[in-house]
Amino acid sequence: MNIILFISAILFFLIVFQLFRSSELLAITDKEKKTSSFNDSLNNLNAIGGIIFLLSLIVGLFWYSIAEYDNYVLPIASEHGYVTERLFWVTTAVTAFVFIVTQIVMFYFAYKYKYNESRKAQFYPENLKLELIWTIIPAIVLTVLIGWGLIVWGEITGPPPEDPEVIEVVGYQFAWASRYPGKDNKLGSYNFKLIDVDNILGVDFTDSASFDDFMPREIHVPKGKPVLFKIRSRDVIHSVYMPYMRSQMNAVPGMPTQFWFVPTKTTEEIREETGNPDFNYEILCNKICGRAHFSMKHTVVVQEEYEYLEWKKSQKPWIERNPEYLSKIQEKNNFQKLSLRD
Amino acid sequence: METKLKTIKKVKVDHDEHHDEHHDLGFIRKYIFSEDHKIIAKQFLITGIFWAVVGGLFSSLFRVQLGFPDLDLSFLSPIIGNWLTPQGKIDAEVYLALITMHGTIMVFFVLTAGLSGTFSNFLIPLQVGARDMASGFLNMLSYWFFFLSSIVMFISIFVEGGPASGGWTIYPPLSALPQAVSGSGLGMTFWLISMALFIVSALLGALNYITTVINLRTEGMTFFRMPLTIWAFFVTAILGVLSFPVLLSAALLLIMDRSFGTSFYLSDIYIGGEALANEGGSAILFQHLFWFLGHPEVYIVILPALGIASEVIATCSRKPIFGYKFMVYSILAIGGLSFVVWAHHMFISGMNPFLGSVFTVLTLIIAVPSAIKAFNYIATLWRGNIIFTPAMLFSIGLVSTFISGGVTGIFLGNSALDINLHDTYFVVAHFHIVMGVSAFFGLFAGVYHWFPKMFGRMMNNGLGYIHFWITFIGSYLVFFPLHYIGMAGFPRRYYSFSTFQAGNIESFVDLNVFVSYAALITFGAQFILLFNFFYSMFRGKKATKNPWRSNTLEWTTPINPGHGNWVGAIPKVERWAYDYSKTGSKEDFIPQNIPYSRTPESNLPDDDQH
Repeated sequence: MNIILFISAILFFLIVFQLFRSSELLAITDKEKKTSSFNDSLNNLNAIGGIIFLLSLIVGLFWYSIAEYDNYVLPIASEHGYVTERLFWVTTAVTAFVFIVTQIVMFYFAYKYKYNESRKAQFYPENLKLELIWTIIPAIVLTVLIGWGLIVWGEITGPPPEDPEVIEVVGYQFAWASRYPGKDNKLGSYNFKLIDVDNILGVDFTDSASFDDFMPREIHVPKGKPVLFKIRSRDVIHSVYMPYMRSQMNAVPGMPTQFWFVPTKTTEEIREETGNPDFNYEILCNKICGRAHFSMKHTVVVQEEYEYLEWKKSQKPWIERNPEYLSKIQEKNNFQKLSLRD
Repeated sequence: METKLKTIKKVKVDHDEHHDEHHDLGFIRKYIFSEDHKIIAKQFLITGIFWAVVGGLFSSLFRVQLGFPDLDLSFLSPIIGNWLTPQGKIDAEVYLALITMHGTIMVFFVLTAGLSGTFSNFLIPLQVGARDMASGFLNMLSYWFFFLSSIVMFISIFVEGGPASGGWTIYPPLSALPQAVSGSGLGMTFWLISMALFIVSALLGALNYITTVINLRTEGMTFFRMPLTIWAFFVTAILGVLSFPVLLSAALLLIMDRSFGTSFYLSDIYIGGEALANEGGSAILFQHLFWFLGHPEVYIVILPALGIASEVIATCSRKPIFGYKFMVYSILAIGGLSFVVWAHHMFISGMNPFLGSVFTVLTLIIAVPSAIKAFNYIATLWRGNIIFTPAMLFSIGLVSTFISGGVTGIFLGNSALDINLHDTYFVVAHFHIVMGVSAFFGLFAGVYHWFPKMFGRMMNNGLGYIHFWITFIGSYLVFFPLHYIGMAGFPRRYYSFSTFQAGNIESFVDLNVFVSYAALITFGAQFILLFNFFYSMFRGKKATKNPWRSNTLEWTTPINPGHGNWVGAIPKVERWAYDYSKTGSKEDFIPQNIPYSRTPESNLPDDDQH
């Protein structure tokens, strides 16, 4: 295989070199004829090349787009995903139409009006009407696309419906962590100065709302209910990207962000749809963040609501599972109180 | 101001009266520390070519990693030894450094300095009818600051910890903290120093271009008689002057954060086992500042290419450019709007969604003037008499890629669609086609078209055709498939997709192999151009005075113009630059310096009012 490639590369360069030599010789004869170095047959060849390119482009575009459709279009797994997907395909239809028509017209003109000694180009410097047409029509089409996009954007980024499941998602080099508010439905406060090897999210356990917060290994979310991710980062910028949910939001140190969505397919359902029994939804990091950026991901499990509630009930608060941390804090607090008294 | 005018006048007088003295300049003043805009242009071009080869090599390396992740590269270890892991693969951080340097080199050193620096320098004085730039000395400084900047950037490749590796957008905190990635150590310091020098160079150049266009146009060269190349360079220079200082301030604040403990961009950070003292900074602030330059920068890259295409397409279609005034207004509209669209790079950065809506509207408005330009190019071809020189082929290629890359901007500019496409390969496909490939095609077209004026010899057409077809088809094969990879949710800047499960990973393994082959072949084809360029410089066929039968003023100079450009008086401009195939005229072109009084057979009723 490699030898064949190598030989064909050498052959190719030999051909190029021969062409070059012969065109140099042609140039010399041209000079004797005292004409310009214009070569009619080469000019036609280039015009035909444009047509061949155009046809291959269109055929290739349609062939690949149709044949590989199932590979490049991911199943949609969130409510707003269906909305943006429709906008996406309408935009695709409009742009593909413009793209194909302009390419056809251009390469056709290039072919049809290739140089001919007996003809003269038409002196045609302007046409106000035409200019206005192709100013106003794109403007109208764009206005429609923008208007639609803005409505969708407003809904997606607007306030989440009442009572979303609130989950804190935190990115750090090179993993994700999550925190659930627990029974009181309130996330306890945090401070980056409290972060250490145990308390990787810097949760402030002097805040009573933190007592029942739990931090699972995987993120679980219920199908059909709005889920609100409260997103932050510990070190550099990361991005919470879930291509199947058509969702993305950056995680920025020092500036909490958020994103909400409604999952529509459980992990079981998507496994069936993709035919992949090992499939898992994942959060991918989508903002360059260092050496292991490419492997920074986190599993998201979508469950039926009752399964989700069961799972949630089974989770123990972090502080219960780390009693030694609590005693450490208490010691520290006592020490501070003591030292204050002194 | 008065003294400035005096010096300009003085320079003019000098050129007119003591023209012959220039031949006495020594080698160093003539070719190295030259104040002649033509030599400076060639210096920018050669340096740009050097950087293009480096940038291309880097992309070849990371395309090898993406296409053939299991390949043992140990045979390269004599050259890139410590970039490889013991298994002979490219190291993950080196990969990030490669993409960062590829972006930086291509955007700034090749497509800004190499393109604008070369052709603004070369063509502005020649096409507006000036002896030289307004200040030859500042122009010389502009190149030498660029040279210094190049040296610093080149050294940064070899420093401890490797070159900058936070992406060419160098978002802090990643770029601010050496703990985060090793390239953010010394490599990043060199990057920032290099860019500061680069900005000085860009500003000196741009101020010169603006001054020259405004003040040194020859008699009769009104603004609306200027060729579209000059309009493009003029607006590009204005964009540069207004936006590069903002990048400088962004870089300065980053330097402060990195070295002097300030907190402009840093806040609430725990890294390397400790909480940093920085509080109150905003990482988003940097993105606003960066893209305030970054987006106009896109147009700084593409407008000169479009300008060159306008000139080449009109000349080689033997037809006036269609809708000259609309082309000018489009350039002005694009220039103005380019300052108010920057935050479309930040829809999901966490900034207020309302801001996202505003920038969606503004971004899609800019599509209108861009569309007008594309339609006008196509209308220019209609009923032309088209001669496919290599420059013409690349200009047509430019229009093709400008459209195919432009339409995907309509997806990305729409904030609702950007949520899912942001930072995926779809974006990579979009900007490589619309700004990378198109701008490179403009650069190639410029080189093929003005080579005779630069070196007094012709380039080989046959090699030009082969170069064009491989490059044109190759570029489509490299970048078009990336749209699909992006739609399937593949994030950019990933070292490897081996742990990746989105989509049907196998089919994209094949596609990545295909793209890598296409990229390596396309890169290889550029050596055909390099050979043609350097061979023709010395052995090419001698050029005639006006080989493309063009109207613009540069073709009225001697075949090898000396310092001062014209022997004797500067020609007076009598008409616009696009009187090709004018009805009634015997020849199919009437140069700008031919007065209407000599062409009574082809004059239109309102011609003298133009």
